[in-house]
Formats: sequence, C-alpha cells, structure tokens
Amino acid sequence: MRKLIVTILACVPFLAFAAGPTMPLDKANNDLSDKESLKRGFEAYLQNCLGCHSLQYQRYNRTFRDLGISDEEGKEKYMPTGKNVGDHIQNAMPKKDAAAWFGTAPPDLTLIARLKSPDYIYTYMRSFYQDPERPFGVNNKVFKDVGMPHVLQGLQGLQTIDEHGELTPATGGQMSPEEYDEYIRDLTNFLEYVGEPNKLEREQMGYYVIGFLLILLVFSYLLKKEYWRDVH
Amino acid sequence: MSNAPVNNGRRRFLTAATSVVGGVGAVGVAVPFIGSWNPSERAKAAGAPVEVNVSKIEPGQLIRAEWRGKPVYVIRRTDAIIEELAGHEDQLRDPESQEPQQPDYATNRHRSIKPEFMVALGVCTHLGCAPTYHKGDFEEKVEGTKNGFFCPCHGSKFDMAGRVFQGVPAPLNLVVPEHSFPTADTLLIGVGQGEA
Amino acid sequence: MENFMAWIEKRLPFMDAMNKHAIQYPAPKNFNFWYVFGILATVVLVNQILTGIWLTMNYEPSGDGAFASIEYIMRDVDYGWLLRYMHSTGASAFFVVVYLHMFRGLIYGSYQKPRELLWIFGMLIYLVLMAEAFMGYLLPWGNMSYWGAQVIIGLFGAIPVVGEELTIWIKGDYVISGATLNRFFALHVIALPLVLCVLVFLHIIALHEVGSNNPDGTDIKKPKGSVPPEEQSKFTFHKQYTKKYDIVDAIPFHPYYTVKDLVAVVIFLIGFSWVMFFAPEGGGYFIEAPNFEPANGLKTPEHIAPVWYFGPFYTILRVVPDKLMGALLMFAAIGMLFALPWFDRGTVRSIRYRSKLHLLNITQFAICFVILGILGTKPATDLNNLIGVIATFGYFGFFVALWFYSKGEKTKPVPERVTG
Repeated sequence: MRKLIVTILACVPFLAFAAGPTMPLDKANNDLSDKESLKRGFEAYLQNCLGCHSLQYQRYNRTFRDLGISDEEGKEKYMPTGKNVGDHIQNAMPKKDAAAWFGTAPPDLTLIARLKSPDYIYTYMRSFYQDPERPFGVNNKVFKDVGMPHVLQGLQGLQTIDEHGELTPATGGQMSPEEYDEYIRDLTNFLEYVGEPNKLEREQMGYYVIGFLLILLVFSYLLKKEYWRDVH
Repeated sequence: MSNAPVNNGRRRFLTAATSVVGGVGAVGVAVPFIGSWNPSERAKAAGAPVEVNVSKIEPGQLIRAEWRGKPVYVIRRTDAIIEELAGHEDQLRDPESQEPQQPDYATNRHRSIKPEFMVALGVCTHLGCAPTYHKGDFEEKVEGTKNGFFCPCHGSKFDMAGRVFQGVPAPLNLVVPEHSFPTADTLLIGVGQGEA
Repeated sequence: MENFMAWIEKRLPFMDAMNKHAIQYPAPKNFNFWYVFGILATVVLVNQILTGIWLTMNYEPSGDGAFASIEYIMRDVDYGWLLRYMHSTGASAFFVVVYLHMFRGLIYGSYQKPRELLWIFGMLIYLVLMAEAFMGYLLPWGNMSYWGAQVIIGLFGAIPVVGEELTIWIKGDYVISGATLNRFFALHVIALPLVLCVLVFLHIIALHEVGSNNPDGTDIKKPKGSVPPEEQSKFTFHKQYTKKYDIVDAIPFHPYYTVKDLVAVVIFLIGFSWVMFFAPEGGGYFIEAPNFEPANGLKTPEHIAPVWYFGPFYTILRVVPDKLMGALLMFAAIGMLFALPWFDRGTVRSIRYRSKLHLLNITQFAICFVILGILGTKPATDLNNLIGVIATFGYFGFFVALWFYSKGEKTKPVPERVTG
C-alpha cells in the first residue's frame, strides 16, 4: 500500500514542468511592503503609462489608502481636475483611435502582473532595442514586434542587439543602467500591487487563520484521543 | 447524547473547549459573509459627497443635484422668499424644526447654513414622491404664500424651507442633508459643516 | 420541553433519524486515513454552496459585465476576494478529495456487491460535479474560460449529422456569447446544485442501507444469532441494524467518527487555507494566468489547457487522431468507471487480501491516471502523445485485465473479523 502511494507521488514533480515560461526572465525582486517604492512606481506610472494604458478596475482612493497618501494630497498631486477620488484610474484615449495609432489598442494594465508575472514586466521594460524596420524604430526582445514605442527611451537611452541576442547600451539616457533598473523595479512593484491590491492583507490573514486552526487541531486531537480510549 | 461507557471530567472539558474554539471559528467564518453586505467601494464612490457650483444659480431658481441616488433641491432664495418664511408659521406642523429632519446647524427658520440657499432632499416625507416647485403661483394651494412645494401624489404642501403645512398627509418636514460651503461658490452635499 | 420534543417526534421522527444515521449508526472501528474523504467532500460542498450563493450577490452574468464584476468582487466588495478564493480553491479541492475518495473505493472494493448502486450514485455525483465545474469555469469570462468552453462544446460537434447544429443549440449563438454565459450561469447556480444535493442525499441513504465497507473488506453485520453476546460490539445500535444482524467490530458514528473526522477536517482546512491565502492561483493550475484577460474570441491563448481535474479525459480525447472516436473513447473512459462493479468478478474486496496481480493492476492504473492528468495540461508534442497512448492503454487495460483475472483469482484468506 505504502509503495503504491510513493510511486504515485513520484509522478508529481512532472507538474513542475507543466507551465514554465519559454524565455528566461530577469528576477524583479520587488517588495510589495515597500510603500516608498510603490509610491515612486505610482508616480512613474502616471507620468509615463497612463496616457495610453488605463487601470480600469483600480480606484484612486484605494491606491491612496494603500500607499499611505491622504485623499487631499492625492487629489492635488496625482489626479487630473474634475475627477473624484472614487473614480477608476482611466485615461480618455478613445479605443478606436488608439488601435489605429499603434496597430492594436494599448491594453489595460490592471491585471498585467497576474497575466504575465512581475518578472515579465521587469524584463520587458528593459528589453527594448534599436530596430529601424519597426514603425517606432524599436523592437523588444521579450515581446517580438510589439506595437509599443520605447516610451522611456529618454531615461534609459537606446540599446542594440547582437547576433547572440545580447543587449548593449548604444546611446545613454538620463539615468545610469542601475538607476533605470531601480526605476523599473518600482514600476513593476506598483503593477504587482495593482494586480491584487489585497495581497498583503490576504497573507496576513492567512497566518491568523492557520494559527487558529492549529489551536483547534490541538483541542480536537485531544478530544479524539479521549473518546477513542473507549474503542481501544 | 453518546452511549459511551465512560464519562469523566476530562472528556467534558475537552468537549467544551473544542466547542468553544470551534464556535469562535464559526464566528470567524461568518465575518466575510456578513461583511460582504456592507456598501462596496463602488457604492461608497457613488455615495460620495457631491459638489455643486452655486454661483450660476439665478435668484429663485431651483437646480437638482443627485446624491446617493436621491434628488437634492438647491434653490437660491430671494429676499422676498426669505421674508415670506415668517409669515405662515401658524399653519405649519413643525415650524421650529424640532423633529430631527436636519443637521443641528440647519435647525433654524430657513433650515440651512446660508439663508440664501435652501438645500433639501426632493423626496416627500409621506410616500416618497418628488414635490414640484411652485414659483410665484403657490397661492392657489396656500393663501398668502406665493412660493412653495406641492406633492402631486397626495397633495402634501411644503414651504420654501421645506417645512410641511398642516392638514396634509406628509408627517414631517423635508430632509435637509449634511452640507457645507468649502468656498463661497461651492456647495458640498454629504459633508456637514465643520467636518473634514 | 420534553413534551414538545415528543410532540415533534411523533410527527417527524427527527431524533430517530439522528440515531439511525449518526448516534447509533454502526461504523466499522478500523477506518483508516482513506476514510476521511467522504466527509471532506461534504465540507467542500457546503463551502461551495455558501460562497457560491454569496458570489452571485455581486456577480453579473453577462458578456459585457462578467469579467468586470469579478474584479469588482475582488477589489470593491468587502471580503469579496476571500469569498472568491474560497470558491475557486474549493473547486480544485473538491476534485482532490473526490478523486481520493474514489481511489479508496477502488482499493478496498467498496463498489462490490452489495454496494453497486452506492458506487453508481457516487459516479453520478462525479459526473454532475464535472458539469458543474465546466460551467462554473466559463463564468469569470476570462480568455481561458472562453477557449476552454470552446474546446469542450466543440466535442459535441463530433457527433455525426447533428453535431454542428447541436453545438449552436448549446451555445445559443454562432459563437460562445452572453447567451451561452447566461444559460451556464443558470445551470451552474441552480439546476446542477439541486441535482447534486439530491444525489448526495441518495448516496448517503444508500450507504447507510448497505453499511460502510472497511479496509479489510469484511462484513461487520453477521447473521442474527451467530455471534455470542460477549463478542458482539458493546455499543448500542439502532434497532434497524440489530433486528436482523449481530454487529461486531463496530462503533457508533457519533461521537467516535465525528471527533475523528473533526481532526481530519481541521488538517484539511489547514492545507486548504494555506493554498487559499498563500497560493490562490495554485501555481497557475487553480486559476490560470490567461484568465486575467477578458474573453476574446479573436485571440487564442498560446496554450489551451483544461483545468487540471479534466486532464486525464482530455488526454484520452486528444491521443485519438479521429475527432468522433476520440470523443467516444473519452466518454467510454467514464463509462468504464460506472461499470466497474461488473468488471470485477471477484468476491474478495480489499486489496489487502487480493492477488499481487491486482495490486499491480491498480498501481499501473493509478500511475496511468496521474500521467494522463499531467499530459492534459501540457502541450501535445509527439512524445507526449506517445506517452498518452500508452497511458490510455493502461487505463482501459485495467478494466479488461480485471475482468479476466478476477474470476478465479488467487486470494489470501479473508479474516472473519476486522484487524487493527
């Protein structure tokens, strides 16, 4: 009997291979509990991304609350006039025009970190390279022939690709490579947060619930032993 | 309950202890089910305070704002209307606004912060119809009073401070919502005076 | 109070039913680890029903609103995320415990005479559960929901002549659309749960009629008068059971198995909570990544895989190069399980006392089933297909071999009384 279980369990490691990514990604190593990083990522998002990519399921006030920003401060610093703090973080870009400009409408990014993984975002945003054949003059190593221009070219500068697929900086940007990586890490961190705003709360609750169940386990186990003295 | 041959203190204690801990767990499980019935973030966003620019309202004009799904009447009262309020108090059910139908700061004759602006829910206190504003032609309903509200459903009558007249089905004055003026030209419905 | 209880009892024998099914129900005293999955399945069923009811309070069954309403539940509703994860984790947990429950039946021969009908009811529950899971999976209206449904509904297209018409009728449209979503919603939240509850009720009634099997596969009900009183169970059982039989080696379900099952339930809940709070996506198996993108009929996910619990049958479908034959073989695979009580012509129930050959056969069956399941979630490469064909042979081979060797099988002597 025991052998049977062992044999069956031996097959389980198969599962680990079932859903691997095809392209090696750099580790984002972002930290959801780092509120300053999240705030920087939020600012980076508003400056560079929101013009094209909405966060249609995420509300301003929720973001403010989770990032430790008061509604008044948030309204003044982070919101366009005429919006309410309870509104979703959305841009005004008409979908049809956007599709005409970029070939495909820029996707909403609320769930991008859950769809693609934080590591993917982190790698993608650092993998643009020069390619004169593309409409915007850049291509991306992770997302071949992407319709998006390299929005952060001014910060990162431009990279070139060699025949082995290695990226090397060609022209410098306003930031050093380390500063740029840090900038993207913050942005990634923010997008992971937006993907599931209650992730930290969820894990916190998990410790309490499992702690409680362990206490219940002790009592119920003792109870079981007590009753089963009748049987043995 | 059990037909166990032995029964001792330890068994009773463990049964009670497990029941108590399990009961705590059951309460814990109930929390998300009960909590999820609270107004959601969407409902809270929809019920958020509403800003109204009052500088554009003509004297005597009524505008409707929507707050928490209900119509709010905002009227710029003329001096004549304000004077009129004192004239018919003997015909009112609750002229001094003793019933808690308004915040403390609006417990006065004009039932508002500024005499110039009336702010009230456009919901009749009888059965919830929307009273219509009779500007200048209210005398056919109440003698000697030129302006007021008349509910078309069951004929309840209110004056220009939302106070109900005697002898109509509506029992109470119109509700005055929490409101405040963050600046001279903006009226904020839903946040009371002196609050955040 | 006593008078009131008596008054009730006369009109509705509630206490009598409690005695019959719990307090004085004779359960073999040697239940082991494998016997907890029935109660765990019940726990998960209750969880699914409760969280399901609560999810419908905020879910919007429409093509335009479904996806957004899930995010609404996840973000805007207090504890909505928790209710949703309880439900999604529960769906996978349901199949984990049901598969283990079925495996228990397999190794201890719980499907054999006189428990054939009990097994059939169990299989019907499994079937309804699969339908329930399939329809529920469309409701979040993610891209994997959409394409998963596309593939499975497409199966019906394999039926000759009417196939194509039938798929359109099921969808209520020429593509999977809001119309499909709405009917799946209705079936998922009302029709199938009702059927499920009735079947679970029948399953339990049928169980209590024939009595629980045990790891030794021996009968705890002996012919009346055949057992000396001092060897009979010292506990009191309901007269329904003692009228015709002498009961040995049994204990009342309550309190002995209620307290034992409580321990199992708590351990299960610890594992369940661990997944729900720390890995609700289940590594991409419980909630698949493409489902974080709304349904899009023009964009197929790179790799369409059914949810893990459909894996075995999906692989069987896929390894057959012919559409109709593949679908038939898949349904046959489920049909074989239904017919298991008649494939097994032996009289010894438990694997403990059956032949080495039987142990070997069950082992290869379990391995093949797991391999088929894994393959179902992986892309169809040539190698995977080859392994899939072999495992499919192993799956069907189990039943065929069982039919041949079970008659006249060399078994060990079965003890009269339970061991341990």
